[in-house]
Amino acid sequence: MKLFEKIEFDQIRRYGTVIGLVGLCLFFTLLSEHFLTISNLMNVAQQSAIIAVISVGMTFVIITAGIDLSVGSVLAFSGVVMASALEGGLPIPVAIVIGFLVGFGCGAVNGLLITYGNLPPFIATLGMMSIARGAGLWYTDGRSISGFDDGFRFLATGEIFHIPVPVIIMIVIYVIAHFVLTRTKLGRYTYAIGGNEEAAILSGININFYKNVIYGIAGLLSALAAVILTARLNSAQPIAGIMYELDAIAATVIGGTSLMGGEGTIFGTLIGALIIGVLRNGLNLIGVSSFIQQIVIGSVIIGAILLDTNLKKMKTRSKR
Amino acid sequence: MPTDDHILLMENITKRFPGVLALDDVKFDLKRGEVHVLLGENGAGKSTLMKILSGAYEKDDGTIWIDGEQREISSPRYAQELGIGIIYQEFNLNPFLSVAENIFLGREPTLAPGVINWKRLFAKAQEILDELNVNINSKEEVGDLGVAMQQMVEVAKALSLNARILIMDEPTAALSRHEIQQLFRIIRHLKKQGVAVIYISHRLEEIFEIGDRVTVLRDGKYIDTRPVKSISRDELVRLMVNRDLDEQIPKKKAKLGPVVLRVDNLCVDNRLHDIEFSLRKGEVLGIAGLMGAGRTQLARAIFGVDKISEGKIYVDGTEVSVSSPRDAINAGIGFVTEDRKSEGLVLNRSVKENISLPNIRKFLSMGVLDFEKENRTVDEYISKLDIRTPGRDQNVVYLSGGNQQKVVLSKWLCSHARIFIFDEPTRGIDVGAKKEIYQLMNELTAKGVAIIMISSEMPEILGMSDRILVMCNGRITGRLDGEEATQEKIMKYALGELNEAV
Repeated sequence: MKLFEKIEFDQIRRYGTVIGLVGLCLFFTLLSEHFLTISNLMNVAQQSAIIAVISVGMTFVIITAGIDLSVGSVLAFSGVVMASALEGGLPIPVAIVIGFLVGFGCGAVNGLLITYGNLPPFIATLGMMSIARGAGLWYTDGRSISGFDDGFRFLATGEIFHIPVPVIIMIVIYVIAHFVLTRTKLGRYTYAIGGNEEAAILSGININFYKNVIYGIAGLLSALAAVILTARLNSAQPIAGIMYELDAIAATVIGGTSLMGGEGTIFGTLIGALIIGVLRNGLNLIGVSSFIQQIVIGSVIIGAILLDTNLKKMKTRSKR
Repeated sequence: MPTDDHILLMENITKRFPGVLALDDVKFDLKRGEVHVLLGENGAGKSTLMKILSGAYEKDDGTIWIDGEQREISSPRYAQELGIGIIYQEFNLNPFLSVAENIFLGREPTLAPGVINWKRLFAKAQEILDELNVNINSKEEVGDLGVAMQQMVEVAKALSLNARILIMDEPTAALSRHEIQQLFRIIRHLKKQGVAVIYISHRLEEIFEIGDRVTVLRDGKYIDTRPVKSISRDELVRLMVNRDLDEQIPKKKAKLGPVVLRVDNLCVDNRLHDIEFSLRKGEVLGIAGLMGAGRTQLARAIFGVDKISEGKIYVDGTEVSVSSPRDAINAGIGFVTEDRKSEGLVLNRSVKENISLPNIRKFLSMGVLDFEKENRTVDEYISKLDIRTPGRDQNVVYLSGGNQQKVVLSKWLCSHARIFIFDEPTRGIDVGAKKEIYQLMNELTAKGVAIIMISSEMPEILGMSDRILVMCNGRITGRLDGEEATQEKIMKYALGELNEAV
């Protein structure tokens, strides 16, 4: 009987967000004939890709019971550094690797501050949010760097088998992340650190090392998102990615990752990111103003978590 | 029924917690102007009794008279109104506020509603402090005071609430000898004014110095009340521990092999001093002592959690450096912590993930988890240890205490630990599961595993140990053979009584 209840709940939990996503799609299909078309759905996926990629890093971080507020700023900083490398004539792969190093470096600094500096993740990454933003502005003197050759732009505008490249990148990242989280040591340790740090330490896990790796990955994925964004806009801007951290946190949390740590799935985060993408797109299509869009998105975040926590409470109650 | 000189009488006090009878028909009385010592081992029921008196717990049964009137102490607030003050080991003071603000927190004299009359506040507080004859300025910040002075502030706070019954829970635990004398002076002063003090302490010498009468509790039961003047130390110890050892501990002696672990002159900062012992294959080495004796610290030091400041650890005759739990695990040590929930397990993860956590390397092939191998191994331990769970994917939070403990054991069995450190292995586990844990220990030692067992439960220590170390204040104060050990001997060493060179 107990077992039955558990399965039932987990199914609601797992498929709840999927049901929500499907419901949203139905809703917008009824209200707009333009919603359910291949080209629009590709559009949604493409628009979601950037937040979705950042959210992967955020999911790892939040599962360790941390938070990363710096992802948007790190995106901008690594974006302009990479763009200036391209502008300086470096080959595309080299420029991208430089961008990745900047992103990973910022993330690793977050990790060091949190582990060896004993700072709460909120504070460390809040500081990095400002530092990376300022570094990007300083580096470019506040200007954007624009105009890249087609080879680079292909990363956002190209298609392979009619699928936009950013969508392919997103899918690849999600497959890898899902694999890492469920089938590798790093994944297991991520859950253990967030679930019970003390128990993780006493199980012989070098938690400082793994936290550094995880914050480094979050920075690296911000840099990857910067590649997509820069290629799409054909321009790297030091003010790019403002508020992206909030979208990434929202996608992660809507996807069922607990801010208390120890729980969450990559698949859930993908659905969370798509829900936000579909909402933006659908509300645009039916002509809702961007002001009201913000209100709707905020309400959806709160609604999803309200539902989740209350379902959980019901579950504990039925157990007792 | 209370007599005239009784300020407090508690009778037939009973308190049940799920699975335990914490207090069983206990009585306690207190006369005006006396210091009445409450004595007992860890878990004897002292704190529970005091929490009932101070309104933190509700009793299940029994009667309380205060000043001859029957009272139901339903809340801490009501206890305060009745003149009961309690000073916990950890103070409830705000370090950033002044002494006066702390004393009158929530009861500040006001000029108008919401406006504090600072002048009166400081003056009133100073009055109480002067009355106590302590040299504290009421305007000082509490955080700037030493521990002893902070305690005086607590006393002053209790007095400002017109406390006539003052409960002091191990008040001298953090005090120096000089400060203790200062505290005793205050206590004598309070006595003269008719305040009655309930004094909880393990330190026998203090009991004889400051106490008038002593009541001993054991395993939640009332044992006896005696005037301090007419009781000897030996008698007190006997009252504390003299229980019938009728609990059946299914100890099977294993054949002892060579020494597997040797600890040499181990020190940890100011907390552990000159710890020396050795442990043989198949042996159970019990470590007894009272709370705060340093037993868990010793375990943490050996397991590489806390830094060792001096000393050496040898495993199988070779010196090993354990600077992290990983090192200890690699050396073949497993640590079954006292608090499963906060240290041993990741509660919201599955049985499988918990068992494989320290052992993941074993299940990796080319960096990828081999689920089949992992599942097979985990299932093996589930059936071998008879872990009652719907399956390996069940979250451990839903398992019972005994089954959770078995999951922790599986972690270390799977890591092929040859030296197990058990810290209070059966705490919070029901009787049936306890036996199973003992059987498992027998099986382990039969296979040549060596066990260090930290325990506060006398029957467990006496029943399971081949040898016993007793600790007090971070030192080993006694070494006993399993056969010659008695409750009295252990308790004497644990109280730091026979501090002979060992």
